[in-house]
Amino acid sequence: MKAVWILMGKELRDGLRNRWIISSVLLLGSLAILLSLLGSTPTGTVTANMLDINVVSLTSLSVYLIPLIAFMLSFDALAGESESGTLLLLLTYPISRAQIIFGKFCAHLCILMLAIVVGYGGSACINILLADGSSSGGLNYLWMMVSSWMLGAIFLVIGYLISAAVKQRSTAISIAIGIWLVMVVLFDLALLGILVADQEQSISQNFFSKLMLLNPTDMYRIFNLTNISSSIETYSLAGSADVKLFTLFDLCLAFILWLALPLTASIAIFKRREL
Amino acid sequence: MANSELLSLSNVSKCYGQDRVLKQIDLTVQAGECVVLAGHNGAGKTTLLKLILGLIKPTTGKVSVRGQNPTNKNSIKAKRSLGYLPERVSFYESMTGLETLQFYSKLKSEPIDRCIDLLETVGLESSAAKRTVSTYSKGMKQRLGLAQALLGDPDLLLLDEPTSGLDPTLRRQFYDIIEQKCRMGKAVIVCSHSLVEIEAQADRVIILNSGSTVASGSVQELYQQSNLPLSVQISVQPSCTQRVEQTLSDLIIPIQKSAVTENSIIEFSCNPEQKMELIRQVASLGDAIEDIQIKPPRLDDVYLHYTVSETPSRPVETTPGIPL
Repeated sequence: MKAVWILMGKELRDGLRNRWIISSVLLLGSLAILLSLLGSTPTGTVTANMLDINVVSLTSLSVYLIPLIAFMLSFDALAGESESGTLLLLLTYPISRAQIIFGKFCAHLCILMLAIVVGYGGSACINILLADGSSSGGLNYLWMMVSSWMLGAIFLVIGYLISAAVKQRSTAISIAIGIWLVMVVLFDLALLGILVADQEQSISQNFFSKLMLLNPTDMYRIFNLTNISSSIETYSLAGSADVKLFTLFDLCLAFILWLALPLTASIAIFKRREL
Repeated sequence: MANSELLSLSNVSKCYGQDRVLKQIDLTVQAGECVVLAGHNGAGKTTLLKLILGLIKPTTGKVSVRGQNPTNKNSIKAKRSLGYLPERVSFYESMTGLETLQFYSKLKSEPIDRCIDLLETVGLESSAAKRTVSTYSKGMKQRLGLAQALLGDPDLLLLDEPTSGLDPTLRRQFYDIIEQKCRMGKAVIVCSHSLVEIEAQADRVIILNSGSTVASGSVQELYQQSNLPLSVQISVQPSCTQRVEQTLSDLIIPIQKSAVTENSIIEFSCNPEQKMELIRQVASLGDAIEDIQIKPPRLDDVYLHYTVSETPSRPVETTPGIPL
């Protein structure tokens, strides 16, 4: 366990030095503030609170950004070190391969958490101040932050899986971009295509909803829409899913499975890898 | 297992697919011993070190470091007793030299306050230790690499081409440290192409070729086993050149190569077991001989003898229609 902490500390220091932490915070924070300022327009004189509107806006933003940031952190975690030669030396020390992945995972989770808490949290504070101290919708916003972090965690472990499976950084980034494209863009397009093609409605809404669990980004959308039912109409595809089918437990279980399976696979592949 | 036995490899082979990169290697290393692994690139030296470090598993055979299999999950004791300097050592570029050493020191559960002393031991000044590794020269990285290998005073040091690309002064310092460690009872395995450099420190030389051990023993034993000819140079009176040549050939000394230079110097080779006979016959020539020099084969010649002669000869490519 001590080795995990040591590696985690080193990775966090690296994150600070190579400006990953500051750039992630600035990216998420500036976009969240921009969205909250622009997003305040639809609230107008209607009673919809700003934080809920922000949850909807940030959910659609996070679906693209969080997986991208997570992949950028993790795609070369092992392949990059292997290519540069630092992994060879590290493995000669009393640290197991699983500890190396856990150490990096903990550090990258901290970086993501910091970016989300400071970036999104800062934006929430500004919103609350603008709303004369009203924190209505704050819980939904908090859930959105937690689920964003979990979404990032899932893409981190998928990144480690890619990084453990390939030897070169360039291959790892190519695969990561491909997976990002499929999960963030193409998967939904494919589902939409199925919906359009299925004019006789032979695919039940139940089955269709379950298909969405195959993609963590859709799970993330559903998770946040479950909290804010009023915003369902704003999403064409997620709105097609019967969100009431899923309990919080179901979604959490799906999140955990999405975390555990790639993480276990990446450790297993990394353990078998010969340098 | 003897108490002083640190490393044992028994009938170890390693295959990558169809390629057998190591073939039935047996090796034991005792405390205080300096073993040099020599061989061409691709001979299997680095693979052997990786097996000892537990980075790869042997296809057949057994590797044991201080009685533990280094690939086992619980081989912490084995890993703590090893220090390794890779051929191309790489560090995290954003860290300073001191931070790098402290990071590895923590992983080995060693107190970090010894790091500065260690950096001084390998000749890295404190100002350099505070600079990031990205600003280091090749020599400075090698020094830092040696410092990390020395962390925790390991019982067995594995150095893979430690002096390649270094200047002579730095090479000397490296070898002095190796010698010092051996005197302290630590074992050192050095992979090297240049046997001449490390001849003085080597207790045993193992020459690998295409994954097999082709020679093993002390430097002296390798000289004897190779039975390479001595190089003889005789300065003669200009008027006596022909007489000396004739005398030596008459005495049936097996002259393998003979050349008479303009300065009346006769050069030739002879088998080592006939050295004394040669000296006696040369001495009998009296004033005709002005000087004699007998040079034993160089260690590099011994190395080449084992590696070149053992290399499987490539089939000769012929062009149809052109007789060889």
